[in-house]
Amino acid sequence: MRYSGLKVVTEGLFGNRGWRPAWRDPAPKAEYDAIVIGGGGHGLSTAYYLAKNHGLTNVAVLEKGYLGGGNVGRNTTIVRANYFLPGNSEFYSHSLKLWEGLEADLNYNVMHSQRGLINLFHSDGQRDAFARRGNAMINQGDDAELLDREGVRRLLPYLDFEQTRFPIYGGLLHPRGGTARHDAVAWGYARGADRRGVDLIQNCEVTGIDIVNGRVTGVQTTRGAIRAKKVGIVVAGRSGQVAAMAGLRLPVESHILQAFVTEGLKPVIDHVVSFGMGHFYISQSDKGGLVFGGDLDFYASYAARGNLPMVEHVMEAGMTLMPMIGRAKLLRSWGGIMDMTPDGSPVIDRTPVDGLYLDCGWNYGGFKAVPASGWCMAHLMATDQPHDVARRFRLDRFATGALLDEEGTGSQHNLH
Amino acid sequence: MRLTCPLCGPRDRREFYYYGADDYLHRPAPDAPPAAWDDYLHNRDNPAGMLRDLWYHEAGCGQWLAVSRNTVSHDITAVECVAPLRPARKKAVRNED
Repeated sequence: MRYSGLKVVTEGLFGNRGWRPAWRDPAPKAEYDAIVIGGGGHGLSTAYYLAKNHGLTNVAVLEKGYLGGGNVGRNTTIVRANYFLPGNSEFYSHSLKLWEGLEADLNYNVMHSQRGLINLFHSDGQRDAFARRGNAMINQGDDAELLDREGVRRLLPYLDFEQTRFPIYGGLLHPRGGTARHDAVAWGYARGADRRGVDLIQNCEVTGIDIVNGRVTGVQTTRGAIRAKKVGIVVAGRSGQVAAMAGLRLPVESHILQAFVTEGLKPVIDHVVSFGMGHFYISQSDKGGLVFGGDLDFYASYAARGNLPMVEHVMEAGMTLMPMIGRAKLLRSWGGIMDMTPDGSPVIDRTPVDGLYLDCGWNYGGFKAVPASGWCMAHLMATDQPHDVARRFRLDRFATGALLDEEGTGSQHNLH
Repeated sequence: MRLTCPLCGPRDRREFYYYGADDYLHRPAPDAPPAAWDDYLHNRDNPAGMLRDLWYHEAGCGQWLAVSRNTVSHDITAVECVAPLRPARKKAVRNED
């Protein structure tokens, strides 16, 4: 069924009786050409592009819970391409271009809203660093505009410009940055993959990975054994456990990152605003809630809920930046499980096991990467060669020293 | 979250700095092959369950602590001082010529 405005109107006129489930609920077959472990944003987009770009439709996505029930449903929905380092820059640039065509491609409203992202700076040195980052973004072919204090004031008059700890010197505007509806991204990719013949198998937990003579031959699951010559692990925070089934130890430590949403308000924040010095960023959802977050809780955790010190810290940073939000009531908070790598950049690579591929290490930036991650992972699984824009996301870069340390803080687990 | 420091008693999480899994206690020999150093510095078991990790009582007694902790429930079962856990270091031999 193709979705359109006309379809919405006609269904509305006839009691909405014509809608059908957006994807099938198939039983697992005994064998597939390729298996993607993980039915989140990255796994679903991998399956979609395997089918669409490479004609591989005898594919299964195995999800232990329900589709989109992990981080793709638990993030703060920001889409941007403001990376600096070669290796990251072209990858996120590619991803943003895919975002811009995503709704037409998927025939699904993912509510992608390019409302502009503003990164604030608070010193001369930080302004120089942001000017340099903006130049890198422009060189990459994306957009960036350096705003002075008055330029920021015109766009964001509600900020506290007089605060003494971090006086606002200006901001780097990324006009094509913005947000999208996170669940819809998962659902859109799921529907697109299903329509091309991919089997989306939910409530199917992988319990083992079968390897014979260094080659993957299939997986063991709670719904029986499934054979496949190609298996992709796309499980974000659970990467360590799934990789361990293949005898691999990964450069990944899973941490908790909290996010918060207030009650619905009338439109008040038109952009995505990030206040790096206070570890705080905020946007307003189309439903009206202020969606904001801060830094990691900074200890290894799978609890999917955080601790109070970080809640307090985020609220303090928000009040420092924009005191007007002080009277909004906080509706809920949640935690996502982040697959943190030592240098803060991801991995899309082969593993020492033939036919076993890895897409992990998205740290706290996986949502914007969903389209390009799937695009590049599908390319890797189909051709056995890394995609050009993801060629530096290597698993062995910590051993070789070819790091992608965007923050420049070092290659160590507790630094990103 | 509170950690019970063996020296200071139960203290707020904010007094502690987190370092990471106790892999850091198993430093390879200086002449170990690069793969051993890569594994020591970067690779982690990253369990969903019991983990022993290292915390520094930064705003307290300054002890490094090994905390046995469940990463799913956040239950803490043991907190020990790191110092007695570390293998005794050989005394440096000074060349005096």
